Amino acid sequence: MKFPATASWTRAEKLSFGLITVLLLVVLPLLNALPTGSFLHLSDFYLNLFGKFLAYAILALGIDLIWGYTGILSLGQGVFFGLGAYVMGMHLMLAIGKRGVYQSTLPDFMVWNQVKELPLFWKPFYSFGFTMAAIFLVPALFALVFGFLAFRSRIRGVYFAIITQALALVMWLLFNRNELNLGGTNGLTDFKVLLGFDLLSPSTQRGLYITTALCLMGSYLLCRWITKSRLGKVLTATRDNEHRVRFSGYSPANYKLFVFVVSAALAGLAGALYVPQVGIITPSQIGVFPSIEMVVWVAVGGRGILIGAVVGAIGVNWARSFLTTAYPDLWLIFLGALFIGVVLFIPDGIIGYLRNLLLRRRAASASADEEAPLGPEGRQHA
Amino acid sequence: MHEPIVRVENVTVSFDGFKALQGMNFSMDPGELRVVIGPNGAGKTTLLDVITGKVKPVEGRVLFKGSEINGLRVNQIANLGVGRKFQTPGVYTNFTAFENLELSYQTKRGVFSTLFNPLSSSDVEQIYAILEVIGLAHKTHQKAGLLSHGEKQWLEIGMVIVQDPDLLLIDEPVAGMTEGEREKTVRLLQSIATDQSILVIEHDMSFVREIAKKVTVLHEGMILCEGPMEKIQSDSRVIELYLGRGGEGHASH
Repeated sequence: MKFPATASWTRAEKLSFGLITVLLLVVLPLLNALPTGSFLHLSDFYLNLFGKFLAYAILALGIDLIWGYTGILSLGQGVFFGLGAYVMGMHLMLAIGKRGVYQSTLPDFMVWNQVKELPLFWKPFYSFGFTMAAIFLVPALFALVFGFLAFRSRIRGVYFAIITQALALVMWLLFNRNELNLGGTNGLTDFKVLLGFDLLSPSTQRGLYITTALCLMGSYLLCRWITKSRLGKVLTATRDNEHRVRFSGYSPANYKLFVFVVSAALAGLAGALYVPQVGIITPSQIGVFPSIEMVVWVAVGGRGILIGAVVGAIGVNWARSFLTTAYPDLWLIFLGALFIGVVLFIPDGIIGYLRNLLLRRRAASASADEEAPLGPEGRQHA
Repeated sequence: MHEPIVRVENVTVSFDGFKALQGMNFSMDPGELRVVIGPNGAGKTTLLDVITGKVKPVEGRVLFKGSEINGLRVNQIANLGVGRKFQTPGVYTNFTAFENLELSYQTKRGVFSTLFNPLSSSDVEQIYAILEVIGLAHKTHQKAGLLSHGEKQWLEIGMVIVQDPDLLLIDEPVAGMTEGEREKTVRLLQSIATDQSILVIEHDMSFVREIAKKVTVLHEGMILCEGPMEKIQSDSRVIELYLGRGGEGHASH
């Protein structure tokens, strides 16, 4: 017997996933490759900007997992994003070598701060392989320890939101300090090469864009697999009725911890993809405010729907880059209004609203069909 | 002499000084269908809370199949084979009837087992079989939130059954049910009572009369009396307890 409601793809899903893959991986890079004067040409600047949005979308998927599907509001995702970003940033700083302003093997800010020797914890980041692993492992381990303490003590709901916000504040304060040897307020910047490729050349940036798009596709598939598995159902059941879940023999704390760690690893990946494309990471990009903004993306796109998180992250950031150029003073007001508007008028987000519309139309046409005689009613296979 | 499936020894539970259970001694044999009755505040639900680990006793101990379960967490006790149906239906309203049973189905409950192992087709068949038993086969893919009150009650009983526990604790299964639904519930409980031990809490005396073999009457956190239904009905203390409070069947309402 075929099992209903599982990981099997519907035709509409296959179609949209295929279309988006082609759009992101083929159409946009091709438009970028067109000659500069051409009408459809996509400038390097915009492709790079889009790469940044896609990195944010990976992080938004993680937020959707923990907030949309599991009902845990984490206001500390910027921290995990920052950890991934700084890990990548450290590798890129070391890759500069003697090409820095002071022509020292030490990163410029260390020379400036009169640090004589590379701190021990920087040394492993010479290795690209170590860096790649650390992108995931550093945020994941941090989330594992923090989440273990929080979920074991049954901290949930608004208390979890507050404690993660406090975490974001603490990390922001910490990363601002020069003693940490991570560049203080100015963060890490002036990157030159990644694996020998010149970061300033358009072709490297195109490669980074494509890598980001591939990572987004992979992250989407991972999240889809998680949410469609039995584990995904336990997560949502925990959101709706934690009490019952416990009496059914599950340990909600373990499930929450799992999803928290996965979302942290995704945020770390996003941070690591962000850094070489944007060229700088500073504490201001990982603190309280960015963490809240990340949650807004998902609320706008649609909680509990993976594609909603992606659409929200890309859409809001697109609007941001347009508005901060066109009306620099209005951006924050717009962001606030957007959030309030979504909460008041479309609490399920843009994609959620569209989906409900579609479901309602389908239900209406189904009830119209019922007038006509139907075949034998069997088990429906969704 | 069998080892009792569950034994509560000298258990006292205190909520801010109020003693919900006072030196309670209670035990059930394997395969038994026991009904626990008593007026509001007698400690019936607290007894279930103690057995399932939701409430820790300040004194005494709880043994399940001979081993002490006092210190264990709710989910650990559930995995040892104790299933519980709540007074107000505890179903997952956003999931279909099928998914509700799938979530409760007896498999490994660890994070990675649920991630990597989907249910086998024989598991799925078994869930469909339970849907037949609880009379919800025609609502397999309906969201549980849209079911009627009686259907939710049956669904939760089904959730406890697919958990395949050795001991089922069922709190007020017929509360708020119509006459017809009550009949169905009686048959349902009788059909599953053959191979599992069941503890039912109920106020509805006509329901109790229909299913009960042995009845335990609680009053103010202690056992007032215990025995076959006929004996209980003629016990003067029980009559006073119930009639003195407005007559049988209304004791809780």
